[in-house]
Amino acid sequence: MSAHQEHPSHAEKYGDQDGFDVHHHDHTEDHGSLKSYTIGFVLAVILTAIPFWLVMTKAIGNSSTAGFVLLALAAVQVVVHMVYFLHMNSKSEGGWTILALIFTIMVVVIMLAGSLWVMYHLNENMMPGMSQDLMQEAVPQMQTMPGMK
Amino acid sequence: MSEISTSSAATTAPMPSSRFYVKEHHPEHGTLLGFWMYLMSDCLIFASLFATYAVLGRNYAGGPTGAEIFDLPVVAVNTSLLLLSSITYGFAMLEMQKKQLNRTVLWLVVTGLLGAGFIYFELSEFIHLIHEGAGPQRSGFLTSFFALVATHGLHVSFGIVWLITLIFQIKKHGLTPENGRRLMCLSMFWHFLDVIWIGVFTFVYLMGVLP
Repeated sequence: MSAHQEHPSHAEKYGDQDGFDVHHHDHTEDHGSLKSYTIGFVLAVILTAIPFWLVMTKAIGNSSTAGFVLLALAAVQVVVHMVYFLHMNSKSEGGWTILALIFTIMVVVIMLAGSLWVMYHLNENMMPGMSQDLMQEAVPQMQTMPGMK
Repeated sequence: MSEISTSSAATTAPMPSSRFYVKEHHPEHGTLLGFWMYLMSDCLIFASLFATYAVLGRNYAGGPTGAEIFDLPVVAVNTSLLLLSSITYGFAMLEMQKKQLNRTVLWLVVTGLLGAGFIYFELSEFIHLIHEGAGPQRSGFLTSFFALVATHGLHVSFGIVWLITLIFQIKKHGLTPENGRRLMCLSMFWHFLDVIWIGVFTFVYLMGVLP
């Protein structure tokens, strides 16, 4: 171990020579402090504990309401992770990371919403052709769909 | 890069805001931005797996439902392991910025152990399910469940392999700028996997047990 101890100092020297040291300070500002990690962690713990508590104690009786609350909490927690752990902001890498992120979110929303929309209608339109027992086996949730009597 | 900006400046009006065209003299930045692009494409893989689960997640084919097979306390333990590993990786990065080699390695080891604990619980859950006859071939629900959760687990496993590799690199070469850049990339990867896990535990496990 002691043999390796000199490497960091060597690295610093090397950094100075190549001008790495200057931008490394910029780096530390971009990539968090103990305070930001702690805030992020506490928020994440709270935002994780609430949904588990909600579901395990069955605090919300209505499934769809509970589902929306869970998704909303998850969305908030994703933002918390992005800001405090991944250090996202509009300025990092000259704005390219946020641009890539926005594009990805757009594609993901189209993909998820599109899939659900298409498959929901596909299931609904397939209904008359399916026999009763097959339907119950394969797609039990269809019984609760509005079109079904 | 400079040629592009000069030619466009020649043809059109001079650009007042050229912040996207600044010549990068920071070697890290290209790598970090590139790695971010990789994470975004990885995000699309997970999005398609989530979409698959959203479509097939209630197709039980007469087999077990989510409420019957999901063990929420185990999922809660897994979630806390992954969340703790995120903050310990953050501590490793802070120690790296202070050039504290031994402490950086220590926090990385803790992170790796937490990740390994996560993988252990996930694998034991999978093995249990397969022994119960609820393997991926049982129903559409279980196929999409295994595809999504196992893909995430596979990412975490490779993250651990990468972590171990980096620990050896740091031990051998110290906290050089190159190793700092590698640690930054793994940091993004690790936190990204935690973000994906938020989606998994909310959408698959918690919403799966709702009546």
